[in-house]
Amino acid sequence: MAGERRSAALSHLRICDLSGQLAGAGATRFLAAFGAQVIRIEDPVRQGTWDIVRGAPPFVDDRRGIEMGGGFNNHNVEKLGITLNLRTERGKQLLRQLVAISDVVTENFAAGVLARMGFPYDELRAIKPDIVYVSNSGFGATGPNSAFKTWGPIVQAVSGLTFSSGLPHQPPAGWGFSYMDHMGADTMAVAILAGLIHRNRTGEGQWIDMACTEAGTTLVGPDLLDYTVNGRPLRRPGQPDSNRSHAPARAPHGIYPAAGDDNWVAIACRDDADWKNLAAVIDEPWALDPRNDTLAERLAVQDALDERIAAWTVTRDRFAVAEALRAARVPAAAVARPEDRIDHDPATAEWGLWPTVHHREMGDVRVDGLPVHLSETDWVIERGGPCLGEHNHRVLSEILGLDDAEIEQLAKDGVT
Amino acid sequence: MSDVSDPTGAPGPLFGLRVVELASEHAAFAGKMLGDLGADVIVVEPPGGHPSRAYGPFADDVEDPERSLWWWHYNTSKRGVVLDLDSDTGAEHFRRLAGEADIVLEGEPPDALATRHLDHPDLRADHEELIWVSVTAFGRTGTRAQEPATDLTLLAGGGPVWSCGYDDHSLPPVRGGGNQAFHIASTFAVMAALTAVLARDVTGRGQHIDVSMHAAANVTTEAGSYEWLVARGTVQRQTGRHALTTMTMPTQMCCADGLYVTTGFPPRAQRDYEALIDWLVTLGLRDEFPDIVLLDLAVERGGVTIAEMATDPLAVEIFGVGREALMFIAERITADEFFRGGQTRGLACGVVAAPEEAFDSEHFVARGFPVEVEHDDLGRSYRYAGAPFLMPASPWRIARRAPHVGEHDTEILGG
Repeated sequence: MAGERRSAALSHLRICDLSGQLAGAGATRFLAAFGAQVIRIEDPVRQGTWDIVRGAPPFVDDRRGIEMGGGFNNHNVEKLGITLNLRTERGKQLLRQLVAISDVVTENFAAGVLARMGFPYDELRAIKPDIVYVSNSGFGATGPNSAFKTWGPIVQAVSGLTFSSGLPHQPPAGWGFSYMDHMGADTMAVAILAGLIHRNRTGEGQWIDMACTEAGTTLVGPDLLDYTVNGRPLRRPGQPDSNRSHAPARAPHGIYPAAGDDNWVAIACRDDADWKNLAAVIDEPWALDPRNDTLAERLAVQDALDERIAAWTVTRDRFAVAEALRAARVPAAAVARPEDRIDHDPATAEWGLWPTVHHREMGDVRVDGLPVHLSETDWVIERGGPCLGEHNHRVLSEILGLDDAEIEQLAKDGVT
Repeated sequence: MSDVSDPTGAPGPLFGLRVVELASEHAAFAGKMLGDLGADVIVVEPPGGHPSRAYGPFADDVEDPERSLWWWHYNTSKRGVVLDLDSDTGAEHFRRLAGEADIVLEGEPPDALATRHLDHPDLRADHEELIWVSVTAFGRTGTRAQEPATDLTLLAGGGPVWSCGYDDHSLPPVRGGGNQAFHIASTFAVMAALTAVLARDVTGRGQHIDVSMHAAANVTTEAGSYEWLVARGTVQRQTGRHALTTMTMPTQMCCADGLYVTTGFPPRAQRDYEALIDWLVTLGLRDEFPDIVLLDLAVERGGVTIAEMATDPLAVEIFGVGREALMFIAERITADEFFRGGQTRGLACGVVAAPEEAFDSEHFVARGFPVEVEHDDLGRSYRYAGAPFLMPASPWRIARRAPHVGEHDTEILGG
């Protein structure tokens, strides 16, 4: 469309996208930002509310409703949005037409749902022989638990990630957000891209079955090897203890209190040199005690050392501590609140990490950018997430070649 | 090579792509992903081997550069060579290897390669098709580019840590375990590299890819970022559940056997409330649950939606009672009974498994997730985490164990 600026990297690709939430939408978001034409299909009967973030907080102002969900906008930038009632034969027929001219079909329904809607892989392949079909469900399409349902926090629990995050003598802390919606989406994007590369090389499509729980367990690899090689489980006394560094062994290494309410600073000594630099900044007799110069000794007295460091940090400003330590080449960071890293961090500002998109109802809203820059064909994020059926006319007319009368009739018939 | 995931022996999806990787702790996972997906990855180490070979734990707890489980895990499917980039010969070998590659993957400090005249601009003129991926803490340029950082400080300064921890805010916030700052950035590095491969299919031209680990952490916080971006709200960490601007009720529950389960989100659909009532009835607990009336009401009104909860107080109340009913049940049965009892009734829930318990679970084993990797040098094989997704026409596969120091010097560099 005239006036639209889009990335050239993947502009030759079309994705027929039945995915949603963050675990699916996040994958096609990346491809859309790199210029792929992502056509997101939603259910007009349920007004797209299968996706739980459609219409969910946060909101830009007092308005509410299915067009006002801040998360939905964030996860669906640069996509086209259409509605298709796949309970109707005409709706199914239009989906077939879209599949026939798409490179990829994506979805993250519970396992087997798309097949029950009439579109198993065999059907997709019959429509488009080299289609790359990527499904992302909690437990995958096969196996005894394949029918089980998940959200991000459940995936994290079942895969070992929740357990791995916590302090000793406390319940699991887990992740305070759907980490596996992010990493599931990112892994799904890798699957899509790898599937396309294979197709380009061989002409062959396939069904890629992703189980988000398995993708999660690939992210605890060294702990698993300690178990399979050494027989040492992570469920053992004193573990997990994830603010410390056991592999590699490092000390001191932790998150310490700073002056003020709920303020914290992370400090990580990688080696003896870092410790000596930290001790010089602290400049108190206990820190300068040469007995602490070896890792073995620091590990042996780590609890006491942590208490001393906390007593030193607790009266100090978290940013001042982090800055002083980094100036001494010691890795340190204030635990950043959202405001700190979004509005007061030169690194995110210089990167252009928070682009503003225009959403038809919400207006101009800032969203997540991408943490990569490509020198020749970089991402573009300018278009907001689609309102329900926002691009029905455009897709049906320009891509599927329907005339205005037909398009009007589809709406009247409850197909779109 | 033993391999249970792939009986066909078909090559992986990235077969035919050559990757030259300069060993680093933070981009190693990206090299592993590319290698396990079929690319020919050559990992280049400095003389004596990369420092991450000193990271424990070690096989049989024997400290040895060939026994680091960190090195083993992050360097599967790679061949290894040793090059001293500060020597003329080493630099020349690197130039040749990079020139023959499709992708160079490196995690060097921002100026380290430029000062040796071995950076992308030094090679680009002769190799227009080369894709070059740099993974650094804060990106290759900018105010903070030279700051030291680790997994802990990246996750703390980049956002995830603020959202993780406990209801009790006198306890420090928590870094999620497992080197996730590296995993997040490495996954984005692979996404970007494969995007560049597909772009090159059309244009014939490669490009430079700048990956910032700090930026990657920043855009991996879900509502942590967009609550602030959209509504200037600051999320607050809460035990084992989503950080939100308001404190919510617990979703992680300790079962009768002392193990934990989580429900993530409470039920919302009519059939969920029906299932919950059925579960209470089956366990003989219907009459003991104090708010059974509200569960019945939930069924009558056809469930609740998140959108309704923004405007309808009764929807909020029903949503809360669904959660209370789950906690009521959890306290009375084991974690496994809860997981299976809930899921077989269509209620999303999960047991909080340790990594080894997830790995050994019947489901993962049935899908072939644990894979055997042969360590010919030690005369045995070990089980590793398997495929992140199943792609039967071009399967993910661990093609070989991680290389020894300089194991493929002769094969790759010549005699």
